[in-house]
Amino acid sequence: MNELLVHFDAGEALLRGTTKRSRRVRNRLASIWMAGSVLVAIVPLALVIGYVVVKGIGQLTPDWFTKDLPAVTRKASGGMGPAIVGTLLITGVAAAMAVPLGVLGAIYLHEYGGRGRLARLIRFMADVMTGVPSIVMGLFVYTVWTISHGLSAFGGALALACLMLPIIIRTTEEMLRLVPDELRQASYALGNRKWRTIITVVLPAAFGGITSGVMLAVARAAGETAPLVFTIGAARNLNLSIFNGPTTALSVQIFGNAQTPFEAAQARAWGAALTLVALVFILTILARVVSARVARRHNA
Amino acid sequence: MAIGHTELGVTPGARSGGDAASLLEATSGRRADRVFRSVALLAGLFVLAILGLIATSTTREAWPAFRSEGLSFLTSSTWIPAEGKFGALAFIYGTVLSSVLALLLAVPVSLGIALYANEAAPSRIRRPIIYVMDLLAAIPSVVYGLWGFIVLAPFLGPSVYAPINDAVGGWPVIGWFLNGSSGRSFMTAGIILAIMITPIVTSLSREVIATVPQAQREAAYGMGATRWEMIRLAVLPWGRGGIVGAVMLGLGRAMGETIAVALVIGSQPGQITTHLFEAGDSMAAVIVNQFGEASGNHRAALVGLGVVLFLVTIIVNVSARAIVARFDRRAQGI
Amino acid sequence: MTEGITREETSELMTGSAPESTEAAIPAVDPATVFDVRDLDVFYGNFRAVRDVNLEIRQREITAFIGPSGCGKSTVLRCFDRMNDLIEGARVEGQVLYHGVDLYDPRIDPVEVRKRIGMVFQKPNPFPKSIYDNIAFGPRIAGTRANLDDIVEHALRRSALWDEVKDRLKKSAMGLSGGQQQRLCIARAIAVEPEVILMDEPCSALDPIATARIEDLMQELKSEYTIIIVTHNMQQAARVSDRTAFFTTEVNPDSDTRTGRLVEFATTQKIFSAPDDERTENYITGRFG
Repeated sequence: MNELLVHFDAGEALLRGTTKRSRRVRNRLASIWMAGSVLVAIVPLALVIGYVVVKGIGQLTPDWFTKDLPAVTRKASGGMGPAIVGTLLITGVAAAMAVPLGVLGAIYLHEYGGRGRLARLIRFMADVMTGVPSIVMGLFVYTVWTISHGLSAFGGALALACLMLPIIIRTTEEMLRLVPDELRQASYALGNRKWRTIITVVLPAAFGGITSGVMLAVARAAGETAPLVFTIGAARNLNLSIFNGPTTALSVQIFGNAQTPFEAAQARAWGAALTLVALVFILTILARVVSARVARRHNA
Repeated sequence: MAIGHTELGVTPGARSGGDAASLLEATSGRRADRVFRSVALLAGLFVLAILGLIATSTTREAWPAFRSEGLSFLTSSTWIPAEGKFGALAFIYGTVLSSVLALLLAVPVSLGIALYANEAAPSRIRRPIIYVMDLLAAIPSVVYGLWGFIVLAPFLGPSVYAPINDAVGGWPVIGWFLNGSSGRSFMTAGIILAIMITPIVTSLSREVIATVPQAQREAAYGMGATRWEMIRLAVLPWGRGGIVGAVMLGLGRAMGETIAVALVIGSQPGQITTHLFEAGDSMAAVIVNQFGEASGNHRAALVGLGVVLFLVTIIVNVSARAIVARFDRRAQGI
Repeated sequence: MTEGITREETSELMTGSAPESTEAAIPAVDPATVFDVRDLDVFYGNFRAVRDVNLEIRQREITAFIGPSGCGKSTVLRCFDRMNDLIEGARVEGQVLYHGVDLYDPRIDPVEVRKRIGMVFQKPNPFPKSIYDNIAFGPRIAGTRANLDDIVEHALRRSALWDEVKDRLKKSAMGLSGGQQQRLCIARAIAVEPEVILMDEPCSALDPIATARIEDLMQELKSEYTIIIVTHNMQQAARVSDRTAFFTTEVNPDSDTRTGRLVEFATTQKIFSAPDDERTENYITGRFG
């Protein structure tokens, strides 16, 4: 259809002369702007990923994943093991808190609250909460948890859970909205109660979409730094305890190592960046695959 | 677990109505429904509880600094922890300036991508564009910070800012802004922030543009409009409210962004200057950079910066949501 | 939630007009009468959707509800399994007696009602699960101890679907044709062993061949089940039903709203050959509709 229009434009331009030409020029400029914007966005993406891969790949030896952090930052030794485990642990605990809470909250919003006043308030506040800066979440957990309980993986997990919660609520609600009402009716008509209808019919039907949304939220949380700086501390050794003692994470290691003037430390920052980006990308791509598969099944 | 009191399915064939009276017996299932509803409601209320708790707990923690500084916490730009002076104005300025720069850079690009993806791109490359945006959004902020700190800032300072400064730094008006030669500067922070908010502004704008009815487009084409004229006549006016909302949400995101800014803005306290190529500081960056060594009133003042940041981002977000909501209502014809 | 319907007024009415309790009334009822609807009014908020419905549904018969759109035939149908409860603001006055028990008695749990009174909807709505899991769904939630395989096979045989799907029970039900899906929905309802099956325009989304198969199926199911079908297709009502209720709409003089009314209820033969009411005759002869 666009080709047709172009021909149409061109034909009329021949008849009408110059005014038409300026319109065509403007149209062409706009097209250049739009397509050019995509290129402008691809450049930093390619640069960042390129640097991270090129500078980070050399770090990824077996030691990198297993050894503790070096005692002296300016020397090239040790590994990133505690930070990798820390990131997985903190993010996992955060997801374990935020996912059930978020899915239940979304169930309230869509299956019970609907257009009611309380549901509208919660929905609005969840939207507002997605805009709360991650550093504020960090300060918040610092004041309510870290001051009294000390630095630990759990503090970081609390902060990340607060960041994930509103995202999970809103994406899950969107997915519940896509579940056709006919399915709920069919379930009720068979004598199924509302709560069991939600668990046996509605949630399974929305499962793929919810999973994909959760993975995106987890991926975002896994890369967060600011909320962890005040809450988990900086350990050099592996700490598998959730509640006791400081730990560390990939993002915190990147931040700390980048600011040192030592080449070995900066190299470690790049290595940690590659590890973190790989982790986050895997989650993001998995989320896409899951949601694409769900879309295919719906179309079938 | 069996619910209800009837035992079904033992004898094949239809049930007779003989036991209709048993319908009047009490069942236990209704309570399960009420319990489940309450649990779900409780989960939803967590959102309100957390937001309330954020406001109260951080304000309480920051109170000593608020009390000792009074209004000068917001109006003074003197921030000398050793002397117990905490004026946050320069940091507020830095947050606003770097965020506005980010918007100026990101909005034209985001809008261009959104329009391209929805209106102009061949359908075959639409999906890849979305993937690129997804990946751009997925890269953690600290990685952008690392790249900005080690690669971008050292390059921009001597190779871009310095020549610009030499060429136009002395001119009136333009020279007030394009001045200085620090790699880590307001401008670099703005560039990094722009990269980071482009995906969100793009995807929100795309959602808005997708709601433009096909009939509107066809009406414009039907009058002989070119594609650009169609976009200007049909798409942009229809989506204006939603796009403004998307931009404001991007602004909120930029203002709260911490780590990347902390690495590239230069950490120069007290700077209130129009010179974009000079080092400064932002609220979030100061908090994360000074928190480790701070104690007492200094720490309270840093938490206080968090409170200010919280309030500002809440205001920006609430107004953005209000604009988007008004747009939604119109789009649905209510 | 299922608590949308307020029953204070009607319970007062009930105790006022009939001093004996509901339990005491049960033995007096003719066992062949499944539903006895008395002075039924249905409201959505302040809007009266249906008024003054009185009819009796007989056991192991097919009763058809016909009438122009908006006449409230589906609304009345949904009173029999209390599906109207799911609509916010819906309210019922009058009585729907199921073997003498008022379904709108405050002690009644609508979920228990729906286990005895199955429903098939306008659009086939199988769950996005396997064929087997669709049929087994009802028995499972009821916590049956019987052999699920037997229940599934019985229900599928009963709904004339077994031979078509027996080799693909574990495949998704979404892969079936529209007509097969609708028969699956009937089988799913049968698996719960209801006494009554309500059908809300079950063939309106189907082609003529699939429609004919559903109609044949209804004739077969009649030997065991009481069926009430809402249809906009008069020929279908004439073909399948034993009794027919004709509903129409009435414009309310004081406001510009329409309320459904039951005009005539009789054997299908009488309705289609010698209706008592002029409006019925106009409708079935196509002069109004």
